[in-house]
Amino acid sequence: MENKTVNIKINGNDYTVDGSLTILKACRQAGISIPTLCYMENICEEGSCGICVVEVAKSHTLQRACITQVYDGMEIQTNTSRVRQARKTILELILANHPQDCLNCAASEICELRKISYDLGIDETPFEPTKDLDLPLDTTSPAIVRDLNKCILCRRCVKECEIVQSVNVIEIAGRGINSKVSCFMDKGLGESYCTNCGQCIKVCPVGALTEKNDVDRVWDYLADPKKHVVVQTAPAVRVALGEEFGMPVGSLVTGKMAAGVRRLGFDGVFDTDFAADLTILEEGTEFIGRLTKVLNGESAHLPLITSCSPGWIKFIEHFFPKCLPNVSSCKSPQQMFGAVTKTYYAQQKNLDPRDVICVSVMPCTAKKYECLRPEMDDAFDHWKDKLMLKDEDHFQDVDVAITTRELGRMMKEVGIDFEHLPEESFDSPLGESTGAAVIFGATGGVMEAALRTVYEVVTGQALPKVELEIVRGMKGIRTADIPMVSADGKEIIAKVAIASGLGNARVLLEEVSNGTSPYHFIEIMACPGGCLNGGGQPISNDPNVCEKRAAALYSQDEAITIRKSHDNPEIKKIYENYFEKPNSHLAHELLHTSYVERDLYELEKEDN
Amino acid sequence: MKFYRMHVLVAEDTRSIMAGAKRVEEALVEEIRLAGLEDEIRVVPTGSLGFSDKDQVAIAIYPDNIIYCPVLVSTVPEIVEEHFLKGRIIKALAHPMEQKEVTMEERTSENQMNLDIQKRILLENVGKIDPENIQEYIAADGYVALEKALFSLTPEKVIDEVKKSELRGRGGAGFPTGLKWQFTRPNPGPVKYVICNADEGEPGTFKDREIMEGDPHKMIEGMILAAYAVGGTHGYIYIRGEYALSIQRLQKAIDACYEYGLLGKNILGTDFSFELCIHSGAGAYICGEETALINSIEGKRGEPRKKPPYPPSQGLWQKPTLVNNVETFANIPAIISNGGEWYQSIGVEGSRGTKLFSLMGDINWKGTIEIPFGTSVGDIIDNIGHGVRYDRKLKGVILGGSSGSLLVPEELNTPVDFHSLAHIEAGPGSGSIVVMDETRCIVDICLNIAEFFRHESCGKCTPCREGTAQICHLLEMIASGNGLPEDIDHLEKISQTMMDASFCPLGQTAPSVLRQALKKYRQEFLDHIHNSNCPAGVCNMNFTEEV
Repeated sequence: MENKTVNIKINGNDYTVDGSLTILKACRQAGISIPTLCYMENICEEGSCGICVVEVAKSHTLQRACITQVYDGMEIQTNTSRVRQARKTILELILANHPQDCLNCAASEICELRKISYDLGIDETPFEPTKDLDLPLDTTSPAIVRDLNKCILCRRCVKECEIVQSVNVIEIAGRGINSKVSCFMDKGLGESYCTNCGQCIKVCPVGALTEKNDVDRVWDYLADPKKHVVVQTAPAVRVALGEEFGMPVGSLVTGKMAAGVRRLGFDGVFDTDFAADLTILEEGTEFIGRLTKVLNGESAHLPLITSCSPGWIKFIEHFFPKCLPNVSSCKSPQQMFGAVTKTYYAQQKNLDPRDVICVSVMPCTAKKYECLRPEMDDAFDHWKDKLMLKDEDHFQDVDVAITTRELGRMMKEVGIDFEHLPEESFDSPLGESTGAAVIFGATGGVMEAALRTVYEVVTGQALPKVELEIVRGMKGIRTADIPMVSADGKEIIAKVAIASGLGNARVLLEEVSNGTSPYHFIEIMACPGGCLNGGGQPISNDPNVCEKRAAALYSQDEAITIRKSHDNPEIKKIYENYFEKPNSHLAHELLHTSYVERDLYELEKEDN
Repeated sequence: MKFYRMHVLVAEDTRSIMAGAKRVEEALVEEIRLAGLEDEIRVVPTGSLGFSDKDQVAIAIYPDNIIYCPVLVSTVPEIVEEHFLKGRIIKALAHPMEQKEVTMEERTSENQMNLDIQKRILLENVGKIDPENIQEYIAADGYVALEKALFSLTPEKVIDEVKKSELRGRGGAGFPTGLKWQFTRPNPGPVKYVICNADEGEPGTFKDREIMEGDPHKMIEGMILAAYAVGGTHGYIYIRGEYALSIQRLQKAIDACYEYGLLGKNILGTDFSFELCIHSGAGAYICGEETALINSIEGKRGEPRKKPPYPPSQGLWQKPTLVNNVETFANIPAIISNGGEWYQSIGVEGSRGTKLFSLMGDINWKGTIEIPFGTSVGDIIDNIGHGVRYDRKLKGVILGGSSGSLLVPEELNTPVDFHSLAHIEAGPGSGSIVVMDETRCIVDICLNIAEFFRHESCGKCTPCREGTAQICHLLEMIASGNGLPEDIDHLEKISQTMMDASFCPLGQTAPSVLRQALKKYRQEFLDHIHNSNCPAGVCNMNFTEEV
């Protein structure tokens, strides 16, 4: 039934199309574009904005192209004056209640409302505002700023949060002109169970949702001559930053990125990839430890679940707190890097850790929250007694996290001609990394990197093929069986699963929660597709953005000679000189962390 | 069984109770007891007698066929003394319409004065039986239709009769009821819902309340018959929370049905089972839209769903669902008892049967009326409503609620039926007739309606959310003397876009009165704008008179 074709007319021309299509899809196939504001395929198909209306013969009213299915004999008109008039009036009505401050808007260049208004030839709205456009910003979240004045109530963020992420922290409240996107009990995003994943920012067609802008804080640190400011750039940044400067999606710009940040004035230009390799050794060791215990009949929490993604961590803390023992105690690479910078690196460089500032560039908004977590100050604790630090000396392991987009803005601000920058490399000692680390940026990458090391440690042999294609791809949930024969001849099949997007994570977590999870090791990334599609990445309308960025990461992996984390010479050195061995006492002090069981609704606490 | 020589029926609908009907009932019982007549005269609470608009208490006395109105607690002793004891009718207290005694014959007869053009099928028991007593409904041939259906008709045959009757839904859209049932029946599944839409939210409309307060069993019987016909297993009555008395009486009626084996498992000993409960709404107008209503029952935000899927295939909890209006269900028992052909003989081509209207506004006689389709609006106003009050001139009529249409005096000879009304871009809509006299300002009326829709738009779609607010703003400007000539164009443009592109009927019909007002009363808008003048003297303009 679903593959039945139907004959339809669009603007007088005959077409034969799949009968399951909507008018919108049928028109797009026919090369006729229909503007939409609220529509996101399979995610937001509410038909709320009304911009996509078309005329259908025998229909009394105009029909929404995005949600109306074609039928045999349907006659569609997409450009009659009635259609144009309706679309224009709808836009004018929206614009009447939308602040006209495009010059000051973070979404200025990518605003879909601005573009559609231009396309439809609207120069000014004839209507006056009908609601208060002076609402205070919601700045309660350390990661995401909400400006409800700019919100056009398209509901894309609501649906993204509900359908893709299964978090449901935002919903429409109020009626009619007073309706707005709201958290539970009208609280701020930062006072609710938001995971800070930032996927809502990526789907917002206007500038109602943006990351918290920390650019000025970075400039202040850079301007302070007393501070030794180092920067770390996450794996996924290098495959997206170019887009901020008009380069094609999937451009790999590692060398230009290093050159660019160096020109911003950082004292050390390092790579989070280094910490990713460190993570593999710590987490791989933890996994082997737990697996061995279970194989020996002892009890240990399996599956082990990765902990790199801070949006995911907050998700499990709120929704599945009982499963927290399954989460790896390893800090994320960002946080490992921060702790290492202010201990090992400061020591090597003979710097006062109080003067070392660690800035991270992340594809992620949740990282802004992560670096503020109170437990993420292990370097301070480490030095506290040794240097007799006082409370006012307190510092975080990572001082400030900015997104890929914010880095792009900093470079534009100082006039860096990004495309024509030379290729430069990272500084030593925290700039060396492997192919295993770079693929952290794609979903399945942590799993693949971990298995490259775990396989060798368990079997004493190298992987037959270093590329583990079986764990790659963009499917939301993937599983694989990895057969291994241990050095003493024992046959082990490691069952692994990978989920990206919190909605998919929830599926795997339900199994863990009710004790039916068959897996030993699970990788979870909060954002669909992994970090390369993080909430802090450049906003792209390319439908294949994930695949293209992933391809760039895998190509970099292939181009690097060292492709396994345990082969990284700087990593070997740090264990020799500092941590001694993975999961050592000092490693636990600096590279591991603990988690918090959180409520969903913290009403009582507010009352007290 | 006890025999009484006289029955005193006290109208106890919401408005009568607010006017003191309960106190009057208590006073009657007490005075009758003091007079020693308690074994001869029985006091019975009943539904509206058709005088509810007066904010006065009315009582009907059988077998004398006298209606007294207004009755006060203080007049009760006189009634008991004069009428009940001495047998003398108190002419001064008899219903004052034309200052003569109004008898029950006159009220129901087809050839007498004010009610002569009414035909009571739906309201036949209202004001005659005690709505809280199932036995009285059964004594009035209640549940005979259900018995007939269960024991001698197949479900398909029941649907056939409804189709034959040509009954069209009374919720506003006028979809053929039999067809809707036919669509619902074949959808498979162990659970199928039958929902009664009793969320009567249209301003000025209270005709469903009349049924629920006066004869709740009729509607329930209709629902059980519908469930039998479409294979329904569970039913909801979705009723607005403000209808406290209706909820109370419906609940009593449901409880009695369970007790009598008319609801629950194996109804009347057959294989047919049907569970029914009440779901009270929280007062959102949009929840009268069937998919928003379904969302509301599911505990979700009251917003319309995209269609398809339509409720008959996927409704409440994704199960096949039949949603009909109170009045639609109340028509069913008579159709099944008397046959579809009988029903089809009432009314006119394309609009069969009778229709309830809430008649109100600047008119002499207000209340809920029941007329056969085909009666003209003017007839209703002149003959049932006794014309415009204070002998003023008629300005216009809002037909079918705030989302309905605006009729000018020249259009009043239009017969009330789907087809004739469609010619003048009107329809029976929610079933209300609001009469406006010459003292009304059309801008003020439109603003009033606009404020209602601004408040009731759910906010889901842009045209309705922004349009209702913008229309309200523009009308406020015009009403306050700050209107600009282009405001009229803007109002027309927004109205057109809302009609064309709103997601659901709420937004599509919200500007319909305004649109017709701009066409039919344009000069009045222009007077407000160009001369800062409200011809009716209603709008408070911001200008000072020259000294």
